[in-house]
Amino acid sequence: MTRALTPRNLVTAALLIGLALLPLYVALTGDRFMLTLFTRIVILAMAAVSLNLILGYGGMMSFGHAAYLGLGGYTVAILSFEGVHSGFIQWPAAIAVSALFALAVGALSLRTRGVYFIMITLAFAQMAYYLASGMARYGGDDGLSLEARSTFAGLVNLSNKTTFYYVCLILLFASIVLVWRLTNSRFGMVLQGVRSNETRMGAIGYPTFRYKLTGFVIAGTLCGLSGALIANHTDFVSPSMMFWTRSGDLIVMVVLGGMGTLFGPVFGALALLFLEQFLPALISAAVRPINPAGAAKAGEYWQLVLGPLLLFVVLFARGGIDGMLRSLSRRGADAEKARHD
Amino acid sequence: MTLFIEQCLNGLQFGLLLFLLAAGLTLVFGIMDLVNLAHGSLYMLGAYFAATFAAWTGSFVFGAVLAIVATLLVGMALEVIAMRRLYGRDHLDHVLGTFGLILFFDEAVRLIWGAGGLSLPVPAWLNRSIEILPGVQYSAYRFAIIIVTLAVAAFLYILVMRTRVGMLIRAGASNREMVGALGVNIKLLYTLVFGLGAALAGLAGMIQAPILTVQIGMGENILILAFVITVIGGIGSIRGAFVAALLVGFIDTLGRAFFPQILVELLGRQAGSTAAPALSSMMIYILMAVILIVKPQGLFSANSR
Repeated sequence: MTRALTPRNLVTAALLIGLALLPLYVALTGDRFMLTLFTRIVILAMAAVSLNLILGYGGMMSFGHAAYLGLGGYTVAILSFEGVHSGFIQWPAAIAVSALFALAVGALSLRTRGVYFIMITLAFAQMAYYLASGMARYGGDDGLSLEARSTFAGLVNLSNKTTFYYVCLILLFASIVLVWRLTNSRFGMVLQGVRSNETRMGAIGYPTFRYKLTGFVIAGTLCGLSGALIANHTDFVSPSMMFWTRSGDLIVMVVLGGMGTLFGPVFGALALLFLEQFLPALISAAVRPINPAGAAKAGEYWQLVLGPLLLFVVLFARGGIDGMLRSLSRRGADAEKARHD
Repeated sequence: MTLFIEQCLNGLQFGLLLFLLAAGLTLVFGIMDLVNLAHGSLYMLGAYFAATFAAWTGSFVFGAVLAIVATLLVGMALEVIAMRRLYGRDHLDHVLGTFGLILFFDEAVRLIWGAGGLSLPVPAWLNRSIEILPGVQYSAYRFAIIIVTLAVAAFLYILVMRTRVGMLIRAGASNREMVGALGVNIKLLYTLVFGLGAALAGLAGMIQAPILTVQIGMGENILILAFVITVIGGIGSIRGAFVAALLVGFIDTLGRAFFPQILVELLGRQAGSTAAPALSSMMIYILMAVILIVKPQGLFSANSR
């Protein structure tokens, strides 16, 4: 019997409602910064959702996922630079470019396994990084500013921050629904079967390479779209979006939230960006009673805490946030069962 | 022609330096099956230690020796405290855990040494050029690097191929469980191997310190190059790492020096000078992609032998 009101479901529902109502909070308090922060969280959550499709469900450890963020972003920025401002052209172009890149990278790198796969996806992302650094016309290392956000023939105005937030949120929800539909389809079952035992899936007769490649391309495409969003969010693109540590951040989000779970990546993105934002203040507050003078300075070294925290998650909390919620739910179910007995 | 010889020597020097990093990485990879992203942090620590100790003792050589010893100790402590818990886990866990360690080390360095970089001056007795061939001048410091790294490579070769410890290391790379079953103290062996890798990374960092600025994040770019080398050479193979490191060193250095001219000749001034910077940085990665597509296990795989 599955219960609907487990802690896990409650927290997830609260998260979704909270995300949907955030602009209301911002309108009431006038805290514009939260809107900017949450727009970023929503966009990166979408990138993490896409990575989760191949990493969590497909078992493909891609270490170059930030390349698609950059490709999507650069496609929008370059088109804007060349005078094409319509989102009806920019966004499909961003999707197409990242899909093509994912197809090429996937077709070549899915021939390798394990660490070799990690490294070859990383190598392709580095190529994209250097390609962007080398494009002198489009700013090279310094990056490129967007003159204006994508226009949609007057239908939606992305310069309005609230509207833009909702566009991002709708796309995030859409990608979660897409991943949900995919993973419960025959295709998704095969993909998860490949994760568990590729040889066996091959022996049953599935062309595993084609399934993996399809998953890889879908993930890259989705991430390219979030790249188009992030370019619009920051009004700026630069090669550093594609540096390998960015790909590392995306992996952190997926694992921190809970690999191979539907909402895990959203939790992960929220948690990582919140830590980045509020850990300094938290550390300062913790140090203040001991050493009031050094408190403000101590906050600057927040990564000293974040780094070991990641290691801790890896070592002791493999399921991530979703896993913790799930074990809470299970404990609740056990207690209830005990009461009935 | 002089320029060409000089660039070849630079390529050799860079390749040998990369070998120091890649050798440690490939040993840890091959024996403990551990993907260690924090290897670049040990390289950075080596450079910081060298700059600090050289300033304290006032002697470049003392500073260098102390820096290597210090990195060795940090490496062994790191293995005992953190890395040991990661063995036998998923590669994803390694990537994530050691990624956390990079953040930790970067921040720790900032806490101890501050955000500004350090510099380690080249000692006076090496800060000149020498005539290595009739009519060819070359920096004495870079020449010394070539000599030292070649000596270290030879030492590693003897250590791995001719000593008892080396025999265990090689045995560990091809079949870990069996070595443990035969009664070898695996824990100690792992700590030693990790420490050796750390010391090599520290040496590489110390060597680079006078050439580059010593700064936070200096390990992050070169780490990826070292990974590329281990993968091209075949994971776990020191010989593979040596060949691949020289290959990468030469291609990177010569590519940056001469490839732009070649492109300009081929494509014309406009297109050539636009494409050159991106293409010459990408060459290494293209090389790696091609090698992995042709030989998915690298050039000299330790396990396939």
